[in-house]
Amino acid sequence: MTGTFVGMPAFPKAAHEALGNAQLRHNLAHATGTIRAKRQRLVDEVNENSDWEELRLAGAGVKEAALRDLGTQLELLESTLTANGATVHWARDAAEANAIVASIAKGHGVDEVVKVKSMVTQEIGLNEALEAEGIAAWETDLAELIVQLGHDLPSHILVPAIHRNRSEIREIFLTEMGAVGRPAPDDLTDEPAVLAAAARAHLREKFLRAKVGVSGANFAVADTGTLVVVESEGNGRMCLTLPEVLISVVGIEKVVPTWDGLDPLLRLLPRSSTGERMNPYTSTWSGVTPGDGPQEVHVVLLDNGRTNALADEVGRQALRCIRCSACLNVCPVYERTGGHAYGSVYPGPIGAILNPLLKGPGSDEQVDSLPYASSLCGACFEVCPVLIDIPSVLVDLRAQVVDAHRGGVPKVEALAFKGAAVALSDSRKLAFGERFTKIGLRLARRVGASKWTSARDLPPAPRESFRTWWKRTDGGRR
Amino acid sequence: MNARDEILSRVRRALDGVEPGYAVPPAPRIAPLADVVGHFAERVADYKAIVERCPADELAARVAAALPEGARVVVPAGLSVDLPGADEDGAGGRVFDAYELDAYDAVVTEARVGIAETGTIVLDHGPGQGRRAISLVPDLHVCIVRADQVVPDVPDAMPLLDPARPHTWISGPSATSDIELDRVEGVHGPRTLHVLLVDP
Repeated sequence: MTGTFVGMPAFPKAAHEALGNAQLRHNLAHATGTIRAKRQRLVDEVNENSDWEELRLAGAGVKEAALRDLGTQLELLESTLTANGATVHWARDAAEANAIVASIAKGHGVDEVVKVKSMVTQEIGLNEALEAEGIAAWETDLAELIVQLGHDLPSHILVPAIHRNRSEIREIFLTEMGAVGRPAPDDLTDEPAVLAAAARAHLREKFLRAKVGVSGANFAVADTGTLVVVESEGNGRMCLTLPEVLISVVGIEKVVPTWDGLDPLLRLLPRSSTGERMNPYTSTWSGVTPGDGPQEVHVVLLDNGRTNALADEVGRQALRCIRCSACLNVCPVYERTGGHAYGSVYPGPIGAILNPLLKGPGSDEQVDSLPYASSLCGACFEVCPVLIDIPSVLVDLRAQVVDAHRGGVPKVEALAFKGAAVALSDSRKLAFGERFTKIGLRLARRVGASKWTSARDLPPAPRESFRTWWKRTDGGRR
Repeated sequence: MNARDEILSRVRRALDGVEPGYAVPPAPRIAPLADVVGHFAERVADYKAIVERCPADELAARVAAALPEGARVVVPAGLSVDLPGADEDGAGGRVFDAYELDAYDAVVTEARVGIAETGTIVLDHGPGQGRRAISLVPDLHVCIVRADQVVPDVPDAMPLLDPARPHTWISGPSATSDIELDRVEGVHGPRTLHVLLVDP
């Protein structure tokens, strides 16, 4: 089974380890570079006969309208889903959601479920929870299969096995597939098409016999009671169509008020995500369709910290996220460290704000380190299809992290800034202080700022201060 | 308090002082396309689907030609083309289970809407399209789209679709980019998508 992120070290330590892995850095640079170029080509194409910025504004607007009216929208969604024959459950946290899914599965006497790739079920650790109840959860997305068979962790929202190259994947398939089902053929090569064919053969028997399917949802339309899943391989269609019972775990922020509101989002998501005009398959379903697909449909509406994020005036916008992962692909930090260093299923710039918002700043050292995992260059905001101003949220969260740690022993940084505040408040004090710049920097190199200087150079001290120079040269005239 | 009421009250507390009724800016439309149907054909072919344009009176022959010799073919009720030798799902009250569908090589269906800009075919699984499973399990999907069903872009398609029905939006054959972002056509869904675009 897949590992968990529990107990991951804080970002600087995890990133330091990741940076030492040359294979990982090579895989990441190749993958993020490829996908960035594909996305940019399509954005340029949209601008030839339409307007990408206007499309982003519309997409952001649809999500913003839903969030600002979330209570009403959720009640509407519950009533339309119920009218369509679905059973709606509510879960305050991961444990409640997992218990609901497990009890439905057990009620049908199954020892396995097939799963559509879903971020939210990873967030709540559903696979591990089901395993503890004796139920195997089979991941059916190719990348998730690679991660699951490799007893590994996902490292990217869209392509979770981005840190693995083809020869590693071949090795995993050869050694692991046989233990959980149809083995990989002996003559397996590392051609992507051959590897994909092995996954098709391995999973087909699981799809055909599955009684219970588990999914997330990309969107939940309130006024029609419709769920939407966007995918590429057809594994999603298999899980949503063939089983008798379907359980969808849906974060409460996935609500879209109206059917028409899907329009800008369905145009933005695939272009931002895989760099395609449209993803190969999108499935929509409104509860139970007699004679077609699962005849028992459950929807679990999950909070798990989303209401914390909603209460944060600056951070609230992060709930607009449609999980496209464009921000990961343009981030200079993500491109070098990869996803594991973020210690969460939500890595990259969006993870650096979403995790603290969901869990609360000050909750632990790992979460608190994330808002600092950024150079604030702003590339993430530029590509975000729903205009999440990630840099502003990062800065605000840094302040919240500092606030959460007030009291106790002050950090070196806090002392330094306190000193600066004293010196800068009065010109005489500043003039006096400047005489000691050289000594101060030498001291700083040795002791106080070693955390800063271990990765950066402190500037050399000038031979004389500006004031001394001005006096000596009469402002450069002498 | 039960989970439902607690979540809803947390939501209302979080939004205390926030005004609902946010004005959503309208989504932009694309500039008019000179040849909507031609654009659709190009964009579908871009996904490595097979696209053939054919006059209405040749449709039956072209469908037959798209099916490999000796292929086992399943069709939905209400298909406008008569295909001798194909098995109809649901005929005589008998619907095929997943294992039975897996034994078929090909499926022939119609569609509800074609979207030119994105090269997308939308099935609403009405008459001539069948249950979702039949156009999923067989490895070859021959899909008939009439030229008058093709609209320019996504916002033109939305009002034509009834959200109460299940929908499958298809943009090319099943595909993955999960291995080093190399695109591979054909994973779990039909590995071949053959579109017959029928001119009136």
